[in-house]
Amino acid sequence: MSLALETPAAAERSVMEPVAARLASVAKETHDTFTLNLEPPEGDPVAVFQPGQFSMLYVPGVGELPISISGDPERREQLTYTIRSVGQVTYQLVTRRPGDTIGIRGPFGTAWPMKESRGKSVLIVAGGIGLAPLRPAIYHILRHRGDYNRLVVLYGGRSPRDLLYKKEFAAWGMLPDTQALATVDYGGVSWRGYVGVVTTLFRHVRMQPKETVAMLCGPEIMMRYASRELETRGIPPEQIHLSMERNMKCAVGFCGHCQMGPYFVCKDGPVFPYTSMKPYMDLYEL
Amino acid sequence: MRKKQYRLERTHLNSLLKLLREEGYQTYGPVRGELAMEWAPLTDVGELPRGWTSAHGPAHYRLENRGGESLFGYRNGPESLKKFLHPPRARIMKAERNGGAFRILEDRPAAAKRAFLGVKPCDVAAVAALDRVLLNDRYSDDIYQANRAGLFLIAVHCTECAETCFCASSKAGPQAKTGFDIALHERLDGAMPEYFAECGTAAGAALLEKTGAPPAPPEWARELADACALAAGAQQRKVDFSSAAAVVERNYDSPRWDDIARRCMACGNCTQACPTCFCVNFEEHSSLDLQTAERHRVWDSCFTQNFTYIHGGSVRLSTKSRYRHWLGHKLARWQQQFGSPGCVGCGRCITWCPAGIDITAEFEWLKAGAPAAI
Repeated sequence: MSLALETPAAAERSVMEPVAARLASVAKETHDTFTLNLEPPEGDPVAVFQPGQFSMLYVPGVGELPISISGDPERREQLTYTIRSVGQVTYQLVTRRPGDTIGIRGPFGTAWPMKESRGKSVLIVAGGIGLAPLRPAIYHILRHRGDYNRLVVLYGGRSPRDLLYKKEFAAWGMLPDTQALATVDYGGVSWRGYVGVVTTLFRHVRMQPKETVAMLCGPEIMMRYASRELETRGIPPEQIHLSMERNMKCAVGFCGHCQMGPYFVCKDGPVFPYTSMKPYMDLYEL
Repeated sequence: MRKKQYRLERTHLNSLLKLLREEGYQTYGPVRGELAMEWAPLTDVGELPRGWTSAHGPAHYRLENRGGESLFGYRNGPESLKKFLHPPRARIMKAERNGGAFRILEDRPAAAKRAFLGVKPCDVAAVAALDRVLLNDRYSDDIYQANRAGLFLIAVHCTECAETCFCASSKAGPQAKTGFDIALHERLDGAMPEYFAECGTAAGAALLEKTGAPPAPPEWARELADACALAAGAQQRKVDFSSAAAVVERNYDSPRWDDIARRCMACGNCTQACPTCFCVNFEEHSSLDLQTAERHRVWDSCFTQNFTYIHGGSVRLSTKSRYRHWLGHKLARWQQQFGSPGCVGCGRCITWCPAGIDITAEFEWLKAGAPAAI
């Protein structure tokens, strides 16, 4: 066995082989959530992604996980991930120091329908960490503002201290033709905003449902009720898109873990049109 | 072009093995282990299980010696070619640490050339099923690809079936139609068996030519088809794959799943014995000084608790849901995903289920809403 270059060229890499990327910075978002900026080798296809896609992040000796890309798709020199520390691998990821190496494979999966949404309004519905995979879509819309009509971002969190990207979120709300509303399950005494599940924000949305594309990411139960309600409010089901989560080990359809009905969430998803997911969302233990 | 057909004797089979070894192949065949048939290195046809067969039933398997000169009267043991093409454990990468950084060491799978003599049609079809998942889908698995590229298959048509076989339903057998380099029909009407050999690939044709075997009588092809048709007709177990998607869908809440769950121990034997179950998990191993880490790929089973674990819990908590997923995937959803069933009808999951749960009987029950007639 010979020592190879730090990162073998993409063409000769197996799909299971990560690229070693330098951790440029770690920013604390909340008490348990961190945003990591990684620097992949220049020009490597690992950094070319569509909003909604994910990578596999690897810490040697610890493990590998699917993590959605949460940064700007047009900033090719950096890959950004927002990670909630809830287990062994996520803890190891968020406690790496700048200069450390993290393995990346990807990008994988389907993307938000940015092209198909041109000329329409976009309604973003996020729950908790679900805002992270939607942020690249928001960045894309803001960069190409003329291509889209209204932008509405609805965001539900557990409590004010769990809300991500607070400053950015407030700034989005100040932009013309843009609404950004947050709600929490439990507000506490100093919270002046909305309290309740994210669907309670729907009545504040100003847009034409037939001309709106909805993009949802959050806990499955939130997406189940939100998609149902959006449909009753007149958004055609084929214009509602959901990002699903399942156990994922390989991201390329080999491990079998992420199957959901006839789909592999890794390669047929994670972003699905509601029309594909509707028959399966209410099936317990599918 | 008419396929070239040959009449082989036992010595020709040995020539085949010898020629394959000269071409750099490791040669394997079905060999009688202590308690079951297994795939093992084979250099001489004398090592084949002459006169041996096995009795199969739900949770029942016994090797039996019935005498005679048949070399391929054996029936499938628990092992299939999956073990070689998609190994139970494989190292997929190695990383070396340097402070907080690490580098990935080159660790490409070594290509192995392996030839198998005496592969049953269901197992030939199972290789094609694995190809569709691991080779010809959106991505290809380099370990499988390396092993698959070096595979040489000598199939043996089945003219008698085990009690648990249902390959006629999956159309994988009893006559192998495609996917082999050479296919043999063992003819037992004379004092010593003779072999009707057909080639499926150019490599197979070249090899047969080199054995110097004479051409086969023209009527042997029809006799093979007749014998296989007879064997197909004798199969008791049947699965209507065309109705599988509808049956699985409309029975999502069937009480039958609860009944199965009372017997199923979620041990995963069915998935390990299945020649097409491809699911894997990954393991991390680090050296004691924490300077190197290896990543291993190991066979997994959808019957394990952690298989569907996401933050907050497992999606499929109950045994019932795991069996429902497995049956649904094998018979129905695989067709939606890969265009053909994930079940080849080999019957291994019936034989090696310690509770004797029979996928064909359970499917029939679901389909008809009543117990199957078997």
